[in-house]
Amino acid sequence: MTASRTPTSSGVLSEHSWSDGDPEATGATGAGAGEEQFAGHSATTVRHLLSIADLGREGILEIMRLSDAFAEVAERPIPKVPALRGRTVATVFMEPSTRTRLSFETAAKRLSADVMTFTAATSAAVKGESLRDTVETIDAMGIDAMVIRHQASGAPLRVTDWVGASVINAGDGTHEHPTQALLDCYTIREALTTRRNGAVPPDLRGLRIAIVGDIKHSRVARSNVLAFTALGAEVVLVAPPTLMPVSLESWPVTTTGDLDSTLGDLDVVYLLRIQSERLGEVLLPSLDEYHWRYGLTRARAAALKKEALVMHPGPMIRGVEISPEVADLPASLVTRQVRNGVVVRMAVLFHLLGSGAI
Amino acid sequence: MADRERSSTRPKGRVFVARTQVMDRDEVRRALVRIAHEIVERNRGLEGVVVIGIQKGGVPLAEQLVAILREIEGTAVPFGTMDVAFYRDDIGMRPVLPEQATDLPFDLTGRTVVLFDDVLFTGRTVRAALDALAELGRASAVQLAVMVDRGHRELPIRPDFVGRNLPTRRDELVEVNEEGVTIGELLVPASEAAR
Repeated sequence: MTASRTPTSSGVLSEHSWSDGDPEATGATGAGAGEEQFAGHSATTVRHLLSIADLGREGILEIMRLSDAFAEVAERPIPKVPALRGRTVATVFMEPSTRTRLSFETAAKRLSADVMTFTAATSAAVKGESLRDTVETIDAMGIDAMVIRHQASGAPLRVTDWVGASVINAGDGTHEHPTQALLDCYTIREALTTRRNGAVPPDLRGLRIAIVGDIKHSRVARSNVLAFTALGAEVVLVAPPTLMPVSLESWPVTTTGDLDSTLGDLDVVYLLRIQSERLGEVLLPSLDEYHWRYGLTRARAAALKKEALVMHPGPMIRGVEISPEVADLPASLVTRQVRNGVVVRMAVLFHLLGSGAI
Repeated sequence: MADRERSSTRPKGRVFVARTQVMDRDEVRRALVRIAHEIVERNRGLEGVVVIGIQKGGVPLAEQLVAILREIEGTAVPFGTMDVAFYRDDIGMRPVLPEQATDLPFDLTGRTVVLFDDVLFTGRTVRAALDALAELGRASAVQLAVMVDRGHRELPIRPDFVGRNLPTRRDELVEVNEEGVTIGELLVPASEAAR
C-alpha cells in the first residue's frame, strides 16, 4: 500500500499499479468514471456541531441529502435502523427544554443508539457542581456524543475542551441553535420539492425570507441567518429597534422595523418566539402592542404571496407572534418542522458518529 | 455496491483507473437476458416476484432486468431500490453515506424478492441488504442476482444468478456501468501526488 506513485506532468495518473502487480495501468480511460463514482462522498469531516459555520454550505447540503434517507426511514412501519447500535448519546440540558431534548432522544433511539438524559433540575447541578465536573463525569461513563443546551453562549465550545465525545450544540444562550436552522432549511427545501413535483431544489437561491421578532436574544435567528444565506436565500430581519442586535454590520442581511411593507415580496415568514423570560419590561411596551405591530394576523397573512410559507421554531404563543387561526392555515409548516426535527437530528448524529468523521 | 465498499475505504484522493474491459455493453445485456430467463424458470413464472436494485450500482442493472422481464413474459414486475448504508457493519470505521433514500413502493410480505447488485465481493453489502429486508417485511423468499461475482467472500453468501464469474486480485476494483464491466485499480492522481 505504500508503493510510491510517480506523478506525470500531464495531470494524468502514474503508471504504477496499486501493488506490485500489473504495470499496464494507464490513467486515461477510467478517471472520469472514478470521480463520478465518488461524487457522493464529499467528506465534510466535522467532529462537533457548534455553529452552522462548522458545516458551511457543502456541509448543510450534505445534511439535507442525508436527511432524505432518514425521512424514508421515518415513514416505515418500524422507523428504526441499526446504524448507531452500541453508541451512546447523552443529552445534557442545563436550561428547560422539552421538544429539542425529546427530538434528539427520539433521533438517537431511531438510530439504535443508547440515550442518557441529564437535566439540570434533577441533577447534581442544583447541588452546586460545576459544568466542567458535570460533563467530565458524564463523559467518563463512556459516551460518543453529548448534546448540550446551556444558558451561556459559548458553553458547548468550552465543553469540547473537556470531553472526548462529539459535542452538539442544542442551543447556547443567545449564540446559536444549529440543528434548528438545519431542520428549518430542510423543511423549506421539502416544501419547495413538493411544489416542484418532486424536483429537489439545489439550494434556497431566489427565496426572500423574513425573520420576525426578538432577533437580539435569538440563537435561532443567528443560526438561521447563517444557514439561509449560505444556501443563497435573501434574509430580511424584522423587529422593533429594541429587539434588533446592536451591531449588524457583518451580517449579510437587510433590516426593517416595518413588517407590513415587506410582506408582499416574502417567500417565507419565519416568526420567532417572544422570549418573555429573556426580556426586561423595557424592551416592549406590551405583548398586545407587539402582536398589533409584528404579529402574523389574518390580515397580514392575506397580504402574503399565495405560496408563502409560515414557520415558527416553537413553542408558539398564539395571540403574540401569530394569530390562533393563522397558525392552523395550510401555509403553516410548524408541524412539519417538528417532524423534520427528528429526521434532521438523525442525520446530524449519523454524520458525526457514523459517516466516518471520526 | 461492492465497488463502493472498495472505493469508500480508499485512501483519500485516489481515483479509479480502468485497466481491462472484461464485458462490453452487449455482453452485459446478454447476461441480463439469460438471468431474466433463469429467474422466470426458477420461479415458474413471475407470480409474486419483485426486483430490488441495491444502490447504487445495482439500480440501473435491475431497471434493465425489469424491462427485459417485461419483454419476455409480458409482466410488469414491481421494482424498488434499496440503500443499505444504515445496516452496514463498518459504520464508524470508514465513511458510510447513503446514496439515495430506499424506495420500495410495494409490500414485501409474501413476495419473492430478487436482490440485484452489480458486483458481489465480500458479501457484506448483501448481508446488510438482508437485514434491511427483514425489517421492511417478511418476504417469502430472497434470491440474489449479480452481474459480476469476483470472489473473496467473507461471509457465507452465495448468488442465485450470476452474469460473469470473474477471478480478481483482492486489491483490484471492478466497475460496472452502462458501457460494460472493467477491472482497474485505485491510484493517486498526479496532481495529488505532487503535493
